[in-house]
Amino acid sequence: MKFTKLAAALAAAMLCAPQAQAQTEIQWWHSMGGALGEALNGLANQFNQSQKEYKVVTTFKGTYPESMTAAIAAFRAGSAPHILQVFEVGTATMMAAKGAIVPVATVMSGAKEPFDPKAYLPTVTGYYSDVKGNMLSFPFNSSTVMFYINHDAFKKAGLEPKAPKTWKELVAAAEKLKAAGQQCVYTTSWPSWMHIENFSAWHNVPIGTKQNGMAGFDTQFSINSPLHVRHVAMLSDMSKKGLFTYAGRTNQGDAKFSSGECAMFSGSAGAQAGIKKAAKFDWSINFIPYHDDVKGAPQNSIIGGASLWVMGGKKPAEYKGVAKFMAFLSKPEIQMQWHTSTGYVPITQASYDLTRKSGFYDKNPGADMPVKQLTNKAPTANSKGLRFGNFVQGRTVIEEELEAAFSGKKDAKTALDDAVRRGNEILRQFEAANK
Amino acid sequence: MEKRVVFRSAWLPYALVAPQIAITIVFFFWPAAQAVWYSFQLQDAFGLKTQFVGLQNFTNLFRDGNYLASFQVTAVFSVLVAFFGLAISLLLATMADRVLRGALAYKTLLIWPYAVAPAIAGVLWAFLFAPSIGIVTYLLRGFGVDWNWIINENQALALVVIASVWKQISYNFLFFLAGLQSIPRSLIEAAAIDGAGPTRRFWTVIFPLLSPTTFFLLVVNIVYAFFDTFGVIDATTQGGPGQATQILVYKVYHDGVKAADLGGSSAQSVILMFIVIALTVAQFRFIERRVQY
Repeated sequence: MKFTKLAAALAAAMLCAPQAQAQTEIQWWHSMGGALGEALNGLANQFNQSQKEYKVVTTFKGTYPESMTAAIAAFRAGSAPHILQVFEVGTATMMAAKGAIVPVATVMSGAKEPFDPKAYLPTVTGYYSDVKGNMLSFPFNSSTVMFYINHDAFKKAGLEPKAPKTWKELVAAAEKLKAAGQQCVYTTSWPSWMHIENFSAWHNVPIGTKQNGMAGFDTQFSINSPLHVRHVAMLSDMSKKGLFTYAGRTNQGDAKFSSGECAMFSGSAGAQAGIKKAAKFDWSINFIPYHDDVKGAPQNSIIGGASLWVMGGKKPAEYKGVAKFMAFLSKPEIQMQWHTSTGYVPITQASYDLTRKSGFYDKNPGADMPVKQLTNKAPTANSKGLRFGNFVQGRTVIEEELEAAFSGKKDAKTALDDAVRRGNEILRQFEAANK
Repeated sequence: MEKRVVFRSAWLPYALVAPQIAITIVFFFWPAAQAVWYSFQLQDAFGLKTQFVGLQNFTNLFRDGNYLASFQVTAVFSVLVAFFGLAISLLLATMADRVLRGALAYKTLLIWPYAVAPAIAGVLWAFLFAPSIGIVTYLLRGFGVDWNWIINENQALALVVIASVWKQISYNFLFFLAGLQSIPRSLIEAAAIDGAGPTRRFWTVIFPLLSPTTFFLLVVNIVYAFFDTFGVIDATTQGGPGQATQILVYKVYHDGVKAADLGGSSAQSVILMFIVIALTVAQFRFIERRVQY
């Protein structure tokens, strides 16, 4: 009995030997569910088939915060994955964890794999590099916030189906839509990302001191400037008049637009796929509105999404595999495949050019709007991104205060002052913990 | 009339309770002790740098007006959940106690919701009351009610209270029904013969005799509202809008699990632990005196 089992095991081992012996496994934890997950697995499979030495094993670990929590717990237990997909909000936390992570630039140069940060769009490089310009994580799925309108609803209200360019135009259109019986006129997903973070970048005003936190942990929020207060006051006023319907803190606005309930909507560029599938009306994707009396606006919007972090404490051979995999992911044709199959932004100039040449944008009008908005102007210190410690908590605070303003519980100034005060306390806590 | 069983062996009784004690230590005292230990520390997310900060996590919390507001939300929420949970199930139990035909089916249906996980209960109610697609929202709109708990604080609180109460009614119902059935019929009949109507019979005979059950359920329901309702909140409002439904235990979860702030989160759970200990002691000291066993 024992002998047969042993023989079977031996036989099995011999059969698999050529692969099992030579292959080094690379663990990749991610948060891409559904169709996005399939696209991601497709990338890993392609890489695995392209060579024999390494095998990338993907594991879906739930939402972004969930997989980050799982990785932190795994790291504490000494079993972290090699590659971890972290959302943009977690960037500062990962960056501060020296010893837990290895900068991507180091991984690539250690394995002598070619890697050129300049190949990426400046808004992308800026977001994931330290002040010296070293790329810390590998940009993977990036999106930005866009503005969508329902053409049928516009026509019904006697409006030309053209997206309002400024907030003034938006309010005027909103009033007409409301008068024509539109129940929900304007809504938004990701309120902090859209109306605080991207709003600031788009108008070239700081979200926080120290280049939005990029230049040091001793940063402070500055989102209670007169322009911010004015914008939130305008939204609160719209909310009171029924011109703006608050939908919640994440992507709840997406469904409100694609179902036809709301006529105008700001949400992730990634919402396109869902709208394409569900919308039974004519729609378009546009640049987000701006206040036309602000000098220099519109600037450029900032990215959201996630990047890949390489975790520390692994064997050199494994890092070599990680570097090979990332070099594979950087190829323009792979980038293009990811961009066109998911709707995320093409993040290298080469893949953008390649996609354009392929005629994809002619067949899918509007698919290049996000990248155009991201590269509208060369990014400034206010618009290359943000890096705030414990920003998971920070964003919650901002959203709580926005809700207080939108519901009329607090006026815009008080709400934003409170957001700054509470947000700064979180930043100081992070600074103290990472001294 | 000595009813107690006395063990002759010196070690046997200890050996018999040892598994129970071991479980209590491993799953209750050990984590609680760790929470206390972490609450004096400041750590980064990955646990690479740890500083001992004494009571700083606690002073930070008590300086934070929003944390103090969270106490108020928790108090309002718990009182509402406990009161409605008890009142509705008592009403249902009294009625079920009088049902003659189909009693089993009726009781089974009432006990059913208890098998539903809190998160599922939350999602279920969130769907029914969803601001744009919910059936209840649609009906309410017919009555001219603008239902949007995403931004309306009172509606959000109402939603989580309804979902939490619904979830707990079965449990309360079961105990009330058992309590009612153990009340001697003769007492009720005697009261009826003396001319007491159903309402009077209920308040002067049945309700006092139910008091041990009611007291037990009060303790259980308060603890439920404090700790177990977090799944309902996570699945629906996630503490919002603003902080209208942010009860203490939800903030512990958000700060600890989602935001990886172990020190602050531990300090909150230590505070929560003391509150529940104090509440339970108070309930046993002051309310139990009025309970007639």
